[in-house]
Amino acid sequence: MRCDHCHEREAVVHLTQVADDQVVQVHLCEKCAAEKGIEPAGTPSKTPLGGFLAQLSSQGLTADGSEGLRCPRCGAGLADFRETGRLGCGECWEVFAAPLTDLVRRLHGATKHLGERYAAPGVEAAPGAAPSPAEERLREELRDAVAAEDFERAAKLRDQLKVRP
Amino acid sequence: MDLSLLPDGGLGWLDASGPQSHLVLSTRIRLARNLAGRVFGSRCTTTEREAILADVFAAALGTVSLKDAHLFRVDRLERVERQLLHERHLVSKELAGLEPAGKVRAGAACLWQDAVGAMVNEEDHLRLQTLRSGLDLEASYALLDRVDSELGQRLAFAFHSEFGYLTSCPTNVGTGLRASVLIHLPGLVLTKEIGRVLQGLGQVGLTFRGLYGEGSEVVGNFFQLSNQTTLGQSERELLEHLGSMVREVITHEEQAREVLLREAPAIIEDKVWRAYGLLRYARTLSFEETMNLLSGVRLGAGLGLVGGVGMYTLNKLLIHTQPAHLAAAEGIPVDDPALPVRRARYVRHLLDEDAARRGGTSAGDHR
Repeated sequence: MRCDHCHEREAVVHLTQVADDQVVQVHLCEKCAAEKGIEPAGTPSKTPLGGFLAQLSSQGLTADGSEGLRCPRCGAGLADFRETGRLGCGECWEVFAAPLTDLVRRLHGATKHLGERYAAPGVEAAPGAAPSPAEERLREELRDAVAAEDFERAAKLRDQLKVRP
Repeated sequence: MDLSLLPDGGLGWLDASGPQSHLVLSTRIRLARNLAGRVFGSRCTTTEREAILADVFAAALGTVSLKDAHLFRVDRLERVERQLLHERHLVSKELAGLEPAGKVRAGAACLWQDAVGAMVNEEDHLRLQTLRSGLDLEASYALLDRVDSELGQRLAFAFHSEFGYLTSCPTNVGTGLRASVLIHLPGLVLTKEIGRVLQGLGQVGLTFRGLYGEGSEVVGNFFQLSNQTTLGQSERELLEHLGSMVREVITHEEQAREVLLREAPAIIEDKVWRAYGLLRYARTLSFEETMNLLSGVRLGAGLGLVGGVGMYTLNKLLIHTQPAHLAAAEGIPVDDPALPVRRARYVRHLLDEDAARRGGTSAGDHR
């Protein structure tokens, strides 16, 4: 595929851009991409993920058939991620949720955000939406306590859950 | 670039006024944020980066925390000025385009007001940050949390119900929070216990870096201790954990110093005074040597061995003897061969002033 800009060199960077509410696919050679300020994927990451990703390439990240998948928003694929250690956009997190969940578990020892919740301006938090992180944690502890037959502790946790608004 | 536009030059944290500032130089916290619906930094075009900067700046004007913020267009600064901002810990090496083969990105910018600010168009669209004196995680976070919520009401951040705040690199996802405490640990280095302590920190989910953060060398026995993971714990939990571990490290450092004073008082006293003597009288000083000597004097000041030197003076020396700072102050290029001579002169000058203010170098001289 030829570069959309110079029509000479082979396109190596594939982007999906939104301009005037129109979605456009753009294919650029390395030189034209650099001129537009887009960074080359290039150097195998100096990121803390470098070795990690190399290690994963033969297992987790490819095992679920999402290998050929590309993000419809930014055009990035898993190969780009492995090369740079960086995701292309917020939607990549949806598109590659399965392999990323696995990676996030290995990196953080958890897969669920328990910090502050956020609703973008103009977006109402759904009524009766997700319980607070603290509440969810209590529920998790409660389940664990029951599983461990620690009923005294379970009762305490249940009471804590009850008094929460 | 005119840093005097910042009332304190962005150096308020140097005043050694914060808790535990005899050991802890500074507390910095950053929150990684991206704008919803926009591609992340590395895939952005120049036009998109300019649009992001414009959006962020417009939003900042509507806040209390950043309405008077000074905007540094990092992409329009000379290399030495970018290096100066980096030495001042206001921008990362990446944003300043100082990495080997690195280039400053179009749209790279930094906002700063009092003790808070934001890097724009770094790896993530926004890196909100705060920098304060001493060990002060709670108050620092309160300041930053306000910046975050003020901006978050005016800009739509990329947020996911499971993953939390979405980041370009999965190591930052979730809270996007990295808190770092810059701490001076010469006692643990001298007693050779530092390896064990750092290893222990690794086992409890913390990590350490050098003076300038990610990828930097440890110089002058300064270590940046920070949280490794950003997801699976709340912001408070992450900060409390780091805080309690840092307090343990402080206890270890203080014990190491006691041991040194008890077991080898003459050696320690000699080491401290030699460092002071070299700083006070040397005619050329490299940056690294300066840092190592300052570490010795700082230890001596902490142990009460050197009476004539204030923490604030030592902190000032730490910042202003860095290559870009010194070159700018002296009006010479950063690679000028005269820099080590100018550095030694500057150090002598500041220590002389300090000694005069305190009435003599201290009784230690005459013992």
